[in-house]
Amino acid sequence: MPDETKGPNPVSPSPGGETPPAAKPVEPAAAQSDTPTIKAEAPVAAKPSEAATVAPASAAKPTEAAAVSGEKPETAVATKPVSPATGEKPAPAAAKPAAPAAAKPAPKPEGPKPEPWNSELTARLRRRYGSGLQEAGTYLGQKYLVVDSAILYEILLLMHADERFDYCVDITAVHYPEREAQFDIVYVLYSFHHNERVRVKTQIKESDSVRTAVEIWPTANWLEREVYDMFGIKFDGHPDLKRILLPEDWKGYPLRKDYPILQQDKEWVQINLGIESGQ
Amino acid sequence: MKEFETDYRHAKPGQGGPGVVDYLDLDTKDQTFLDSTELVLNMGPQHPSTHGVLRVILKLDGEKVLGTECIIGYLHRGVEKIGENRTYAMFNPYVDRMDYVAAVSNGLGYCEAVEKLLNVEAPPRAQYIRVILTELCRIASHQVWLGTHALDIGAITPLFYCFRDREEVLRIFEKYCGARLTTHAFRIGGCLYETYDGFEQDCLKYCDFFLPKLDEYEELLTTNRIWVERTKGVGILMPEDCIALGVTGPVLRASGVKWDLRKQQPYESYKDFDFEIPTGLNGDTYDRYIVRIQEMRQAVRIIRQAVGGLPSGPIMAKVPKVIKPAVGEVYVSIEAPKGELGYFIVSDSSTQPYRVRVRPPSFVNLQALDKMVRGMLVADVVAVIGTLDIVLGEVDR
Amino acid sequence: MLDAIKSYLSTNVTPGEAGSMFWATIYILLIVVGVSLAVIAMNWLERKILAHMQIRLGPMRVGPHGLLQPFADALKLLIKEDIIPEEADKLVFWMAPVVVTMTAFTTFLVVPFGPTHAVTDMNIGVLFMLGVSSLGVLGIIMAGWSSNSHYPLMGSLRSSAQMVSYEIAMGFAIVSAVLMTSLQTGTGTLSMIGIVNAQNAQQTWFIFKFFPLGLIAFGVFAIAMVAETNRAPFDLPEAESELVAGFHTEYSGFRWSLFFLAEYAAMLAVSSIAVTLWLGGWLRPFPNWLSGETWDFAFSLVPALSLFVLAGLCLLGTIRMPKIPQMRIQTMGLAAFGGLLGFVGLVLLLPGVRERIQDIFWFVAKVAFFMYLYIWYRGTFPRYRFDQLMRVGWKALLPVGLGVLIATAVWGLLPQLSSSVQGVLQ
Repeated sequence: MPDETKGPNPVSPSPGGETPPAAKPVEPAAAQSDTPTIKAEAPVAAKPSEAATVAPASAAKPTEAAAVSGEKPETAVATKPVSPATGEKPAPAAAKPAAPAAAKPAPKPEGPKPEPWNSELTARLRRRYGSGLQEAGTYLGQKYLVVDSAILYEILLLMHADERFDYCVDITAVHYPEREAQFDIVYVLYSFHHNERVRVKTQIKESDSVRTAVEIWPTANWLEREVYDMFGIKFDGHPDLKRILLPEDWKGYPLRKDYPILQQDKEWVQINLGIESGQ
Repeated sequence: MKEFETDYRHAKPGQGGPGVVDYLDLDTKDQTFLDSTELVLNMGPQHPSTHGVLRVILKLDGEKVLGTECIIGYLHRGVEKIGENRTYAMFNPYVDRMDYVAAVSNGLGYCEAVEKLLNVEAPPRAQYIRVILTELCRIASHQVWLGTHALDIGAITPLFYCFRDREEVLRIFEKYCGARLTTHAFRIGGCLYETYDGFEQDCLKYCDFFLPKLDEYEELLTTNRIWVERTKGVGILMPEDCIALGVTGPVLRASGVKWDLRKQQPYESYKDFDFEIPTGLNGDTYDRYIVRIQEMRQAVRIIRQAVGGLPSGPIMAKVPKVIKPAVGEVYVSIEAPKGELGYFIVSDSSTQPYRVRVRPPSFVNLQALDKMVRGMLVADVVAVIGTLDIVLGEVDR
Repeated sequence: MLDAIKSYLSTNVTPGEAGSMFWATIYILLIVVGVSLAVIAMNWLERKILAHMQIRLGPMRVGPHGLLQPFADALKLLIKEDIIPEEADKLVFWMAPVVVTMTAFTTFLVVPFGPTHAVTDMNIGVLFMLGVSSLGVLGIIMAGWSSNSHYPLMGSLRSSAQMVSYEIAMGFAIVSAVLMTSLQTGTGTLSMIGIVNAQNAQQTWFIFKFFPLGLIAFGVFAIAMVAETNRAPFDLPEAESELVAGFHTEYSGFRWSLFFLAEYAAMLAVSSIAVTLWLGGWLRPFPNWLSGETWDFAFSLVPALSLFVLAGLCLLGTIRMPKIPQMRIQTMGLAAFGGLLGFVGLVLLLPGVRERIQDIFWFVAKVAFFMYLYIWYRGTFPRYRFDQLMRVGWKALLPVGLGVLIATAVWGLLPQLSSSVQGVLQ
């Protein structure tokens, strides 16, 4: 596929506000941010060159918007705190008809979609738990189950005991702050017998705690400690739930989305490392 | 003898302020160290034989180890958080720095994971090049392991032999991608660099050069009665414990479980090659040594086959310049020299991953230390840490 | 004065036996200087030989090919700060290295470099050496105790336990060699010179006597002596990668260098015992098989020849030095060193010196071979764990030593036994 998205390199919302990498290849974007209103009309005119530049603009827009909302914007974006926002609404809406128009020469293929996974295992689980098993699918050939947090422990026990998933590969979590059930806890299980790998996912709220899987797989000991360390999710019944990678008395859970990347527990740094600034 | 002055780092249980941890709940208030039957010994973060900054607190009864506690995190750099703030391609150099001894395989795992997310596959020539470099990296990693492990046990000479021979592998890496240690050799979608003129000859020459050296290492150690006595029966891990503790890699294979991701769930072009999976019988340190030596031999075998059958063609698949995979998540793992190295990447269709989780083999293998070392003597702890082949960069990320 | 010198030179005994205090003092000074020089040479040799075994070069910068490295090390250690732990027992802390060094040097009183070249020839020479080197263990315990830290204490206790265990095996081996001295004359001797004379009289080195018993006894002693001196593969108590750091952890600077000196001196001492008891001491190879004037003459040229070979090696090194201005001084130094060796070789060619130097040369050559073995072991073997070390000492070497002793005794008494049996039968 020809480089249809030769656009600005994505701007990471770093506090340094590094728009310079965006500045270089992005004369079109800068030009666009200068003239959002003109852009809104450009798709109507359906000029292919400008329409082509609109597509990267729409790509740049969310990141620029994110940059604007995240940090103190600078240079090109700084002058237009409002207009990209206003320009954004018509632009994507206008970009959509433009994008297929611009992309007609090379139609975008359909992305991979999760497919339902029906097997004896899922049939058994559905029979037992009904709606507790929210979803059983495969995505890109990788099988996964999404279960209710209430029946998570039983499912894990079942997977280990009956279905012979005797090797717990990984336990991790993902933080979705916009969701009500903010955390996704993911268990990756592997069965030597079936040579099969399955992900078991559940979603919990911030205040929830999950029963520990240490009694099922001893390897969960450190894996759960790390999840606790990084996300603050508590595991009931864990023999030794304390921080593993960070110092014991660190405050904050770094892998949450509301913990910025450069933040440190200043108090800890000042006390223990003797650095005045805390950084 | 007067007891040590209390300072906050060595506070007795219950006495601490901020920054103090109660270790192992020992009550040593009115005892001198000679009275107590249990001695708490700290193998601190700086120590000649913990491979990196690892702190192990040993609870001893005389010479026997009653329990251990590992304190890790001294090398924690927040790689996973960084992953959320870099684009897919920008994050590629970061993964080399985790297991810095075997940087090439880290890169391979990450590129595989992102390619899976993008639903592309590297072209055959790129796959072969990747396999060649990964197997060379496996040999280099095992050479570091052998040298440092032998040094811990007291044989000071294999260290120099291994590092000297590893120079040749690093020379190949340097010629290929410009870097010796943190290679960043692969790109998402294939390889960036075409093989240089003479790459195949260099690899074959290295294989011919290396096998007699491997015989030399074996001559020094395998039948040396002191080596055998120091390693046989030390740090035994039964296969059920291995699986329950999630231990993978040569440690698992030495316990008798014939499981290697290159055979069970082949990735890249491993199914084209004919190689064996060495397994051990007893799960002790000696078996792990033998398994890794045999793995080096099998790696040479794979390299020879790959170089012999290197196909022509493109080395990079059609991957968009700006990588924005569809919304979804994948978990992809490879057989790194240390075990199962897995990448769990969650994408939200933006240019940066939403979550990158690295499943480090050394982290999970290190959990097994406690089980392996109970009942052993203090001198064996050092041997067992060496035989687990941990790299703290990977344990802590 | 001149009479004293003349009267000594005409005697046929060691200065101690001759009662000449003056010569005894000269010999003592020679020994102190000689052992110190030998330790310095050992330091350089160890680093170079170990390095070459490990495919590297070792010290190359300090003098030509690192020849001045030991002097640099000694100077550095001398000017280092003398740190004494605050809670250490100061008197004992001070005395420990002194005790260890003194015992190591005292053992050289009876080491014979020739038939009359020893300070004195006690008739309990071997026993004296064993006993005095055992006193060194006391110094090690003192060092560990006075450091007031549990790692050195545990290290010193381990060290001393190891040394004591292996002394027993050493003792058995020594006794079996001593037994052999009584074979021809009917009276054995513990005196070092007497043992070598017995080998000379019986026309075999004791290592080949009663084959394979002599060899086994020698083997037991060779292993035990390595353990006695805390060297690889028995160096767990002072290994770096173990938790217990060794008895000399708290010592720095000159005190540490005394321990180091004592360790090498002890190595030299036990090697001297081995050479004297089994390898024929100062005797040249094949004194009886290849006898006669020409052979004597040929063998007497060997010291000079070996020095010429060394000088030749220096010359080769000089030629191969990089020809850049910065290396000029080093090249000249190496050439001068080679010249010095060659000059000494020439001196050794002079007839008067030739005969006298024979004994000393062969003794030193054999001890040098043992030093090379020590370095070779260090480069090759991993370390024994402490319990395995003790097991080897008590469960392997001790029974073998005992067995060799009994077998030697039986074999040695065989003629008498058989004649008495015959007498009984008749």
